Amino acid sequence: MNHDLPLWADLAVSLFLVLGAVFGLVGSWGLIRLPDPMTRLHAPTKATTLGIGGVLIASMLLTFARDGVVSTHELLITLFLVLTSPITALFIGKVHLHLRQDRSALPRPATGAGWAGYTAEGPARGVRESTRSSTPPAGEAPRTSD
Amino acid sequence: MLKRILPHPLLSLSLVVTWLLLVNSLSLNSLVFAILVALLIPQATRAYWPDLPRVRHPIKILGYGLLVMHDIIKANIDVALIVLFKRRADLRPAWICVPLEIRSPEAITALAATITLTPGTVSCDLAQDGHAILVHCLHAPDPNAVRDDIKARYESRLKEIFA
Repeated sequence: MNHDLPLWADLAVSLFLVLGAVFGLVGSWGLIRLPDPMTRLHAPTKATTLGIGGVLIASMLLTFARDGVVSTHELLITLFLVLTSPITALFIGKVHLHLRQDRSALPRPATGAGWAGYTAEGPARGVRESTRSSTPPAGEAPRTSD
Repeated sequence: MLKRILPHPLLSLSLVVTWLLLVNSLSLNSLVFAILVALLIPQATRAYWPDLPRVRHPIKILGYGLLVMHDIIKANIDVALIVLFKRRADLRPAWICVPLEIRSPEAITALAATITLTPGTVSCDLAQDGHAILVHCLHAPDPNAVRDDIKARYESRLKEIFA
């Protein structure tokens, strides 16, 4: 099982592993350091993409240098990540919009329609935003960050 | 008739390719199973995706993908620098509203995903009439510039791809 890698492969694999690890660490550090939920959302959706990307490139290089075959699983992982990470971000963003956001601080669409998430029916059903007021009720004031 | 069996030919094709990549082999076995998957999944999900997207320039999707990939790498570095070196007091997070010219649901979905994956922006909601998208920026001293950038860089290209 002991395969000796050529020096270039050793170096390249290590480089991408370290690069990936650094970006992963920065993404997690951002979770602690940034001030509020919405800004925190930016750190894991971005910095970790390159973090995982680095690890995957290292993995592809390693299989290629050791076995001489191109492994496709890493490409699939990339594809699935690109498809799913915006959805995760959207869900967290929506939760924030519903629970913590000061609605009067949001910009309004130029057409005068409300944001779909604040209407019971969701988007494009032709019902105006009428049941909800644009200011949060008392006791539901947006929390400022600590 | 063909439309009945294959409501989304492109989806079926990409399912076959994905399945073959997943099993990492090109045997008859996996091909048969790939075709089964490609026939069944579009049937099971067709209620949620009734209309075929109209793609005008399939070749431009490739260029768009490369552009987004380039921007993702740039976004990673930008956000990493902000996380590491920007003082909290200097951070200017902002909500912006990006009016949309594209109308096709597939194009809007692609734009929303692109916004989330690229420099310091996360898309959070859609206007009820579908004519604007709500975006949160991590650091936007000039929100209008971000809005114009999104429209010029991504939306104009998506408009060319989707009819």
